[in-house]
Amino acid sequence: MSTIALNTSSAIGNAAAADASAPVRIAVKDLNFYYGDFRSLKDISLDFYDRQVTALIGPSGCGKSTLLRTFNRIYSLYPEQRAEGQILLDGQNVLSPSVDVNELRARVGMVFQKPTPFPMSIYDNIAFGIKLYEKLSKSELDDRVEEALRKAALWDEAKDKLRQSGMGLSGGQQQRLCIARTIAQRPEVILLDEPTSALDPISTGKIEELIEQLRSEFTIVIVTHNMQQAARISQFTAFMYLGELVEFGPTTRMFMNPVKKQTQDYITGRFG
Amino acid sequence: MVALSQERLVSSAASPARRSPPPGRDRLFRLASLGSALLVLIVLAGILGSMIYGGLPAFREFGLGFITSSVWNVNEDQYGAWVAIVGTLSTALIALVIGVPLSLGIAIFLTQLCPPWLKRPVATTIELLAAVPSIIYGMWGLFVFAPLFANYVQIPVSNIVEGMPIVGTILYARTPSGVGILTAGIILAIMIIPFIASIARDILDQIPSVLRESAYGIGCTTWEVVRNVLLPQAGVSIIGAIMLGLGRALGETMAVTFVVGNANRLSGSIFDPGSTIASRIANEFNEAIGLQLNALMALGCILFLVTFAVLVLARLLVSRVKVG
Repeated sequence: MSTIALNTSSAIGNAAAADASAPVRIAVKDLNFYYGDFRSLKDISLDFYDRQVTALIGPSGCGKSTLLRTFNRIYSLYPEQRAEGQILLDGQNVLSPSVDVNELRARVGMVFQKPTPFPMSIYDNIAFGIKLYEKLSKSELDDRVEEALRKAALWDEAKDKLRQSGMGLSGGQQQRLCIARTIAQRPEVILLDEPTSALDPISTGKIEELIEQLRSEFTIVIVTHNMQQAARISQFTAFMYLGELVEFGPTTRMFMNPVKKQTQDYITGRFG
Repeated sequence: MVALSQERLVSSAASPARRSPPPGRDRLFRLASLGSALLVLIVLAGILGSMIYGGLPAFREFGLGFITSSVWNVNEDQYGAWVAIVGTLSTALIALVIGVPLSLGIAIFLTQLCPPWLKRPVATTIELLAAVPSIIYGMWGLFVFAPLFANYVQIPVSNIVEGMPIVGTILYARTPSGVGILTAGIILAIMIIPFIASIARDILDQIPSVLRESAYGIGCTTWEVVRNVLLPQAGVSIIGAIMLGLGRALGETMAVTFVVGNANRLSGSIFDPGSTIASRIANEFNEAIGLQLNALMALGCILFLVTFAVLVLARLLVSRVKVG
């Protein structure tokens, strides 16, 4: 257990320092979330800063994925789930019924626990999402696909097999394809829901490097179970427990000097 | 704690071994279950064998002409299967054209759109459709559906299309009685919907929800998710489900015999009566003797082989469902 704590602290500082002067991109205000009658998020208020990586950590069932799933309203696929409160994305409340969810989801991209390539070619996996919202010529589309694959660090591996099925890639490549698919739509925010939990350490390392690079363009929110990952790649960390936000702050401070005892116990591996 | 559990392990190991079962009993059990499994194969082989044996004289008498000839004349002992084959294929095709879109619509509604409270009633109703005996469909088709169909579809449509090229032939009823190839196809469609719909639903249910979420996650509408992601992901399995329905449509006898009209001539119009392999056998088997009996057996043989091939292919396709 002590080794975990040691590794965690040694990982801190790898990521760029938190920039608390960055503008707020997403402001969550008094958010409550319900699965039927069960209240799984309790009065969450939290700011996410522009072009910073914010990690959501906490034990299973603490509500971190639930919180992530409110930002693009993907929860609304399930009629028994509902959110109350405000989530302001550039000042606009995304929970408002007047917001077009499909447009919202193009602005707030999401990558899931498992790689989910669509049953089509590598090229189409990326072009499909672009074509939903933009009418581009063939060559413009080609450029966008290449740009997305380059940004996702997949171009060199995929450029010779763009017409082959996305299913034929390895797990790590598939996950980078999913990231490419997301950034191809030029979103403002990227949500990552345990993006490396199904991947081996090498693929995980590549994804983490990628996240670090993407930070210069996108606001990133990542849910992770891996404390070291949070320490390595995020500028801000929010610790959640039982549906409540326990503590939020710059990652370095959260891991070196947590204010709350619960946070300290969790990041040193004493529970959770 | 550790010491205690070790002690318990030791003591349980030292306890007397269980009474050994009588030798051979397990062997007997295995043989019995193997026998039950083999019996099915033997019965199947026996049926196929006797059909071929019974149909052989007809095949020998008419050769390939048995399949290509459209003459079926009991008085002159001339038998050709073409009319029945065409009837079988065309009714099954019509059933698929009508039934497949409806079935897929049902499956998509149940898996993607249906509010939870409505799921069970709809799913149960669909499954009850499969439980309706085919004779009920036949009776309903003949006594209720056919007269309505004649009055409100066949007569008006025939009046409109009369004299037009192509549609004037296909959709013209010489005797608007309500029964015919199209009527049989419609009844068959209703009969195969529960099969295709419930298998397609199972297939769609097996697709991981995270794939569906990620399609919605890039801003797809429900139609785009279904059309571009879910159906291609289900792929050949959906075709397999359709072929299972086709297998049923080809072999269905009772309901079709009621509503197909049982005519022995070939017609260009789907409003006209025709016959299928199954309906012809059902109609004539009682009084058939000699070569006629052989010809019916040969008909059965053809149907058996075709449905068997369709079903085997369907099973293979359905089992290839890709998960993840």
